[in-house]
Amino acid sequence: MIIIVTILVAVMLAAAVAAFVFKELLSAVLAACLVSLIASILFLFLQAPDVAMAEASIGAALVTAIFVIAIKRTGKREE
Amino acid sequence: MTFLHNYIYYIGALGLVLIGLLIVLAKHNLIKVIIGLSILDTGINLFIIAVGYIREGTAPIFSEPGLEPGRMVDPVPQALVLTSIVIGVAILALALGLAVKLHKEYGHLDLRKIKELRW
Amino acid sequence: MRTTVSIVLLAVVILGFGLSLLDVPFAERKSQIGDYYIVNGRDQTGATNIVTSVVLDYRGFDTLGEITVLFVAALGLGAVMAAAGGRRERPSTTEPPSLVLRTGTNVLFPLLILFGVYIFVHGHLTPGGGFQGGAIIASAFLLVYLCCRERRINLARKTAADSLGGIVFVGLGLVGLAVGSRYFLSDFLPKGSLDTLFSAGMIPIIYIAIGIKVGAELAGVIDDLLEETE
Repeated sequence: MIIIVTILVAVMLAAAVAAFVFKELLSAVLAACLVSLIASILFLFLQAPDVAMAEASIGAALVTAIFVIAIKRTGKREE
Repeated sequence: MTFLHNYIYYIGALGLVLIGLLIVLAKHNLIKVIIGLSILDTGINLFIIAVGYIREGTAPIFSEPGLEPGRMVDPVPQALVLTSIVIGVAILALALGLAVKLHKEYGHLDLRKIKELRW
Repeated sequence: MRTTVSIVLLAVVILGFGLSLLDVPFAERKSQIGDYYIVNGRDQTGATNIVTSVVLDYRGFDTLGEITVLFVAALGLGAVMAAAGGRRERPSTTEPPSLVLRTGTNVLFPLLILFGVYIFVHGHLTPGGGFQGGAIIASAFLLVYLCCRERRINLARKTAADSLGGIVFVGLGLVGLAVGSRYFLSDFLPKGSLDTLFSAGMIPIIYIAIGIKVGAELAGVIDDLLEETE
């Protein structure tokens, strides 16, 4: 059990570092979506199903969609 | 191993807060800064829920008639984080709208060149 | 100058977190108010989901503040992205969507709306509630935007749904000020029997209002961001 949680936290931190490093903005947004999804799973492990549902539907789906729409209307690369 | 048992969620939340803050401070594209803001928000919410956890607890919902109320986790941090997630998405939406308008005005989103946002 | 300020700020954050974590041991019982809400929640509010009764009954005023913040943010976004000459048809510059996407959207859109309504109607019995259901309804509208790019949200109906949700919430709170226990947002409707659909007083009514309001607002946010001006 603790092994699964450790692996999930490691993948979450790696995805956050990837969002820092990537130069393509679409890839950085997808890394942030992965962070939000793994946070939703961790909320379920911490016995909070309401918060897991809210984070999955609002944080992972709608925020990513809004980011992709905004990136489409501005530049796609960081420079 | 017991150190990991006790503190793995705190390490994860603190790591997310640090990386989010690093993105906000070090990057100069406005969309990247807003992505960092979103990661920072997720880290803080994870920290609050991790504080409210009780060992061997269950979710605070009486879905079956036989659950005893002595072993449930704290419901107050969950209510606070529910509010915080919704406010986070409202702030992100408004920030992205302003970023789109800024791009229309200046043609780029480089914070080093936009005069009012330089620090 | 900027790098030194950043390094000092990060060091302060690490130090603050580390020192505060010494006083917060993981997985110990820390507060007493949570125990009070769990033990007395079912009798005083009638809802079996204790998080719902905390969000809407014990701390209902915080939820009113949250709805106000979401409303002002959606309003501000609409004002910032206002088109100068009214709404305009977006020109289709890419290929038309495929048959699979169009047929799938025709099938999935009513199912998604039904699922969202199910989540916020049963908010007092199962995990869920108004905000999660509203986000699912907004995702249904996002699916329609992906499939048929020329369809827009009917602005009059969106404004009507938004305002209706807000008026129901504040109106019920003010009625609670007049009758019953005479404080704002008091629960004056009968509690009913536990674990049925028509229980917990006015909590399901408020969650239905919040679900419709949040769904309309988030769909309006997506519509505002997609709109092209002049």
